[in-house]
Amino acid sequence: MTTTPDLAAPAAPVEAAPHGPTARSRSMFDPAILRRAVGGSVGKLDPRQMARNPVMLVVEIGSVLTTLLFVRDLGRATAADNAFAGLVAAWLWFTVLFANFAEAVAEGRGKAQADTLRKTRSETVARVRRAGGAIEEVPSSHLALGDECVVEAGEIIPGDGEIIDGIASVDESAISGESAPVIRESGGDRSSVTGGTRVLSDRIVVRIASKPGESFLDRMIALVEGANRQKTPNEIALNILLAGLTIIFLLAVVTLQPFAIYSGAAQSVIVLIALLVCLIPTTIGALLSAIGIAGMDRLVQRNVLAMSGRAVEAAGDCSTLLLDKTGTITLGNRQAAEFLPLAGVSEATLADAAQLASLADETPEGRSIVVLAKDRFNLREREVSGATLVAFTAQTRMSGLDIDGRSIRKGATDSLVRWVKEQGGTIPPDLEGIVEGIARSGGTPLAVAEGAQVLGVVHLKDVVKHGIAERFAELRRMGIRTVMITGDNLLTAAAIAKEAGVDDFLAEATPEDKMALIRKEQQGGFLVAMTGDGTNDAPALALADVGVAMNTGTQAAKEAGNMVDLDSNPTKLIEIVEIGKQLLITRGSLTTFSVANDVAKYFAIIPAMFAGVFPQLNTLNVMKLGNAHSAILSAVIFNALIIVALIPLALRGVKFRAMGAAAVLRRNLAIYGAGGLVAPFVGIKLIDLVLVALGVH
Amino acid sequence: MTAAGWLQLLVLIALLGISTPLLGRYMARVFGGTTAPGDRVVFLPVERLVYRLCRVDPDSEQRWSVYGISLLAFSLVSVLFLYALLRLQGHLPFNPDGQKGLGSALSFNTAVSFVTNTNWQNYSGESTMSHLAQMAGLAVQNFMSAAVGLAVAVALIRGLVRRRSATIGNFWVDITRSVTRVLLPMSIVFTLVLVSQGAAQNFHATRPVTTIEGGTQSIPGGPLASQEAIKELGTNGGGFYNANSAHPFENPNPFTNLLEVWALLAIPFALTFTFGVMAKDAKQGWTVLVAMFALWLIPAVAAMAFETGGNKKLTTLGADQHVTATQPGGNMEGKESRFGPAASGLFAASTTGTSTGAVNASHDSFTPLGGSVPLVNIMLGEVSPGGVGSGLYGMLIFALLSVFIAGLMVGRTPEFLGKKIQAAEMKLVVLYILFVPVMVLSFAGISVVLRTALGSLGNADAHGLTEMTYAFTSAGNNNGSAFAGLAGNTQWFNTTLGLAMLVGRFLLIVPALAIAGSLARKQPAPASAGTFPTNGPLFAGLLASVVVVVVGLTYFPVVALGPVVEHLVGKF
Repeated sequence: MTTTPDLAAPAAPVEAAPHGPTARSRSMFDPAILRRAVGGSVGKLDPRQMARNPVMLVVEIGSVLTTLLFVRDLGRATAADNAFAGLVAAWLWFTVLFANFAEAVAEGRGKAQADTLRKTRSETVARVRRAGGAIEEVPSSHLALGDECVVEAGEIIPGDGEIIDGIASVDESAISGESAPVIRESGGDRSSVTGGTRVLSDRIVVRIASKPGESFLDRMIALVEGANRQKTPNEIALNILLAGLTIIFLLAVVTLQPFAIYSGAAQSVIVLIALLVCLIPTTIGALLSAIGIAGMDRLVQRNVLAMSGRAVEAAGDCSTLLLDKTGTITLGNRQAAEFLPLAGVSEATLADAAQLASLADETPEGRSIVVLAKDRFNLREREVSGATLVAFTAQTRMSGLDIDGRSIRKGATDSLVRWVKEQGGTIPPDLEGIVEGIARSGGTPLAVAEGAQVLGVVHLKDVVKHGIAERFAELRRMGIRTVMITGDNLLTAAAIAKEAGVDDFLAEATPEDKMALIRKEQQGGFLVAMTGDGTNDAPALALADVGVAMNTGTQAAKEAGNMVDLDSNPTKLIEIVEIGKQLLITRGSLTTFSVANDVAKYFAIIPAMFAGVFPQLNTLNVMKLGNAHSAILSAVIFNALIIVALIPLALRGVKFRAMGAAAVLRRNLAIYGAGGLVAPFVGIKLIDLVLVALGVH
Repeated sequence: MTAAGWLQLLVLIALLGISTPLLGRYMARVFGGTTAPGDRVVFLPVERLVYRLCRVDPDSEQRWSVYGISLLAFSLVSVLFLYALLRLQGHLPFNPDGQKGLGSALSFNTAVSFVTNTNWQNYSGESTMSHLAQMAGLAVQNFMSAAVGLAVAVALIRGLVRRRSATIGNFWVDITRSVTRVLLPMSIVFTLVLVSQGAAQNFHATRPVTTIEGGTQSIPGGPLASQEAIKELGTNGGGFYNANSAHPFENPNPFTNLLEVWALLAIPFALTFTFGVMAKDAKQGWTVLVAMFALWLIPAVAAMAFETGGNKKLTTLGADQHVTATQPGGNMEGKESRFGPAASGLFAASTTGTSTGAVNASHDSFTPLGGSVPLVNIMLGEVSPGGVGSGLYGMLIFALLSVFIAGLMVGRTPEFLGKKIQAAEMKLVVLYILFVPVMVLSFAGISVVLRTALGSLGNADAHGLTEMTYAFTSAGNNNGSAFAGLAGNTQWFNTTLGLAMLVGRFLLIVPALAIAGSLARKQPAPASAGTFPTNGPLFAGLLASVVVVVVGLTYFPVVALGPVVEHLVGKF
C-alpha cells in the first residue's frame, strides 16, 4: 500500500492512489484491531459511557432487567419459558455488545495510529539559541513560545515553528507518511516545520510557535484517537430524533400493557422489553458513532486532518469550491503545445531548432519542448557535447546554444526580436499576429530564432490536469459550483477556465478579492470551501466554511483553516467534499433502514403476543412464524445480527455516486427504504426456521 | 361501492378542484402583505375600526414568542369568557327554553373544546344550551378557533419563506383578516345556501307538535343554519343538536350533505395553494396537496366501500343488504336513510381527515373496518387535509421530519425551502410529534384499567377498547367526533379529555410557532442540483409514507387490539 508519489511531479493525481504510512493503511478489519475491539466492547458497557447514546442505554437497561427476571423465575417457570427468557436476555446483551463492538472497531485504527505517532513524540533535546548567541540544551518539553532552536542534519525538530534562518530538506514521513523529503526554508510560504520531523540536510534555526502539549503532533494524536470527539451538529439533531422515537416507542409499549390487561391478555415484562428493543431505532443508534468516527478516519486515510467533525459535515454541504488555478486545475508548469512556424519555414525546421535550443534547458518548459518535438517529428535527443550553452538569465530572458556554427535562441518575443535585430536580421510581419493569437488564447509565446532569422513561435500552454474537466462536470451534477482563482490576467484566466470547465473564475485575484468573493457567496446562502497555503490566505481560510490548509503552507494558514492536507494536494478538496457527503448519506440511509425495519417486527411480535387469547390475530402472522417464543426471539436476534451485518457498511460508508440529489434520493430510498421494509421479513423468517428446527417452543 | 357513491365522490373532487386554487390564491393575497381584493370597498375600513377599538397597530410585526403569547392570552380569555357564559346562561337573555347554567366540569370541558377547535361535546345541544350560549359563545369560538389555526399556518409559512427576519407577522392582524376576509364571507354565503335547502334558522323555543300519527313531539328551535356553516367551514364540528349533521335541520338533504363535506375540506386543501403562492413555488404547494389528497382519498374510498359492502353477520341472519329501488343497501345500522352508507362513509372519512368531527351517522355502528377508518384518520394527526390551518402546519412539520430522515440520504444537511433543519428545529419537531401520542396513549391506557372510567363504556371487549381509544384520540387531535358508546359527561372524562384537547392544541402550536421563528431567522441556501427536491411526486410519496409509518408505528398495537381483533374475532 505504500506507493510513493513522485514529488517532482505533483501533477497527475486527480485520481491519486491511496498512500500513507503503514499505520494508516492498516485494514479496518485487521485481526489485531478486532481483538482489541472485542475487549473494548465489554469495557464500554459502563453505564456512564452508555449514557452518551440514549437508544443503547435503553437496551442495556432492558438487558439488565431481563437477566434479573430470568434469574428470579429460574426455579419457578417451565423449561420452555426459562429457555426463552434466557435467550432473550442473552441476545439483548449481544445487541449492546455488538453496538459497542462497532464503535470500538471504528476507533481501533485511529488508536493504532495514535500509538505509532506517540512513538515519534519521544523526548528530544533542543539546542536553544539564547540572546548573544549562546547555545543552551533544553528538553523539548520545556520549550517556550518564541525560543529559537538550532537544528542540524540528522536531528529531530523539537517543536512546531517557523524557520527564521536557513534552508533544509526535511523528512516529514512521521506526519504525512510521505517518504520523499521536502524542502523547508526561511521566508515565504514554505517556512513552517512540525515537531517530530527530521532534518536530513543543512542547518536551520526554528522559532518555536506552539506550547508544549499543544503541538501539531499532540493535536494530531488527539484527533486520530478521537479523544475529545464532540458530536457534530447533524449528529446532535439525529440523536434528538432517535431519542424522540425511543420515547414514542417506550410509551407505545408501556401503554400496551393496560390495553393487554383490558383484553385479558396481560404480557410478561420480558416480552414487552423484547418488543421495545425491537422497535427503538437500535440499528442506527448502535452504528451512529461508528459512522462518525469512520468518516473522520476516511479523511485521515487520505492524509487530511480535520480539526472538527463539524468541518467534515460542512464539507458535504458546500455548494461553492474556490480552487487555485495552479496546482489544482493546471499542472503548475506551462508546456509546449504546438510549433507555429513563420511563412517560409517548415514546422519540422522550427521543431528541430526549438529542440536543439532546449536540450540543455532543464526547466519543465524546456523539457516539454524536447518531448513535443520528439512526439511530433520523431526528433531524438542529440549529443550536444561540442556546443556552447547559453543559459537563461533575467536580463537576456533567452536561452539556447551555439553548435557547429549555428546560433539558436528561444525566449520572450521582445528579447528575441532585439537579439535578431542585433544580428542584422529583419522581423517578418507575420510574427506579431501569431504572438498575439497565442496570448489571446491564454498561452505564452516563446519565439525561436536561428542567427538572423526568426523561425517561429512555440506555443506554451498552461496544461489543465487530465480528467479535471470531468471532475467539475461531476461536481456540477452534484450541484456544486467551482470558481477558479488565479493571478493571471483576464484573457488567460478566461481561456483556462473555459478549457477546465469551471463555472466561474476570479482573475488577477488579490487576497482581498478572495475575501470579498467568499462573503458574497456566503451572503447568497452558499457554503464555501477553499484551499490555501500562504500567510495572506489565512483570513480567507478562516472565513470560508471549509478551509483546507496545505501542510507545506505557513503556520498562520494552518491555524486559520479547519483542515490540513498533509499531502499538500489542493485537488483533494473535491475528495473532502465527497467524504463529507458520504458521511451524511450513510447516516441517513441507516436511519431510514432502521425505521423501516419496525414494520416487520410488529408483524412478528404482535400476533405472537396476543394469539394465545385471540387466535384469529394469527392472520397478521404473515411470516407464518413457528410459535410465540420463536417469533419474538427471531425478531430480537434479527435486531442484534443486523447491527453486525451493517458494521462494514457503516465503516466503509455508503458508496458515493456523483449524481443529482433527486437521483441519489431515489436510489437510496429504494435500497434502504424499500429494502428496510422487506429485509427483516426475510431475515426474521429464516431465523425462525432455524429456531424451530433447534426446538424452540 | 355503488354508482351513486362514486358519483358523489367525483362531484366532490370536482368542487374541490375548483375551490382549491381560487380560494388558495385568494388567501395568499389576504395574508401575503400586499393588497387584497375588496380592500377599499369593505374590508380595510372594517378592519381599521377593529384595530382602533382593540388598540392594535396593524403595521407592527411580532417575533414568534410575542406572536405565541398573544395567541395564548387570546385563547385563555376565550376559555374564561365561554366558561363564564356557560355557567351563567340561566341568568342571561335569549334562553326561551330556560336552560340552566352548566356544571363546572362540563363548562370547563366545553369551553376548552370549542376554543381548541375540537368541539367534543359531552352534552346534547337541544337540552343544554341557550340560544345565547350557542350564538355568542359556541359560534364565536367556531370562528375564532379557526382563525387562530389559520394564523399559525400563515405564520409558519412566513417563517419558511422569509429570509433573515426576526418577525413572523402580527397575530391580531392575522386573526382579524381570517375572520373578516375568509371565514365570515364564506359562512354568510353558505348559511344562505343551507337555509334555501331547508336548514332551520330562528329564535324559537322548543315547540310541541302533533305528528301525523297523532302523537306529540317536541321540536327545538334556534339559529342553526348560521352555526352549521361555520361548523363545517371552520372544521369545528360541534353540532347545534346532539344528532349533529345527521339531523335534518342541520343537514336537510343529500345536496347539503355533499356541500357540507366540501365545506369542511375546502379551506384545508386550499391552504396548500396558499403555501405554494407564498413560497413562490407552486409545485411546493402541489406536493403537499397531493400527499394530503392521497391520505384523504384512500380512507374515504375504504370507508365508503366497507359500509356499502354491508355486514356479513346480518346477511347470515337473513337481512337484505342489496341495493334496491327502496333501499340503499349496505350497512344501514346507525345511518340516515337520506344519506345511506356511501355518503355516510364519505362524510365520516372527511370529517375525521379534517379535524371537524361533525357526524352524519353513528361511527359506533360502522363495520369494524369501516369504523377503524375514522379512528386511523384521526390518529394520522389531522393532516389529511386536517383542520383549518392546523392541517397545513401539521403537514409542514411532517415535511420537516421527512426532509430530516430522508434528506441526509442526499449527502447534505437537510433543508426545506433552503432552510437548514438542525438540532433546534428537530427538538421542536420531535416535541410536536410526541405530545399527542403521549396524552392519547397515557389517558386511554389508564382509562381501560380504571374502574370509574370503565363504567362509562357502553361495550366491553375489543369494541370498548376502540371506544375508549377513539375518545382520547379525538380529543388529543382536536377532532371532536365521538365514536359514541362512551358516556363522557363524568368528572374523569370531562377533565382528562379537556386536558388532552388543551395539550393537543397549544402544546403543538407553541413548537410550530417556535419553528417558524427559528426558520425565519435563517438565510436560505439557493436550490441546486445537490438540493434535496421537496417539490415533486417523490417527496409527496415520501411525505405520505412518513406520516403513515410514524403514526402506524405509534398506534399499531392498540389498533390491533381494538378494531382488528374485533374484525377478526367477528363478535359484532
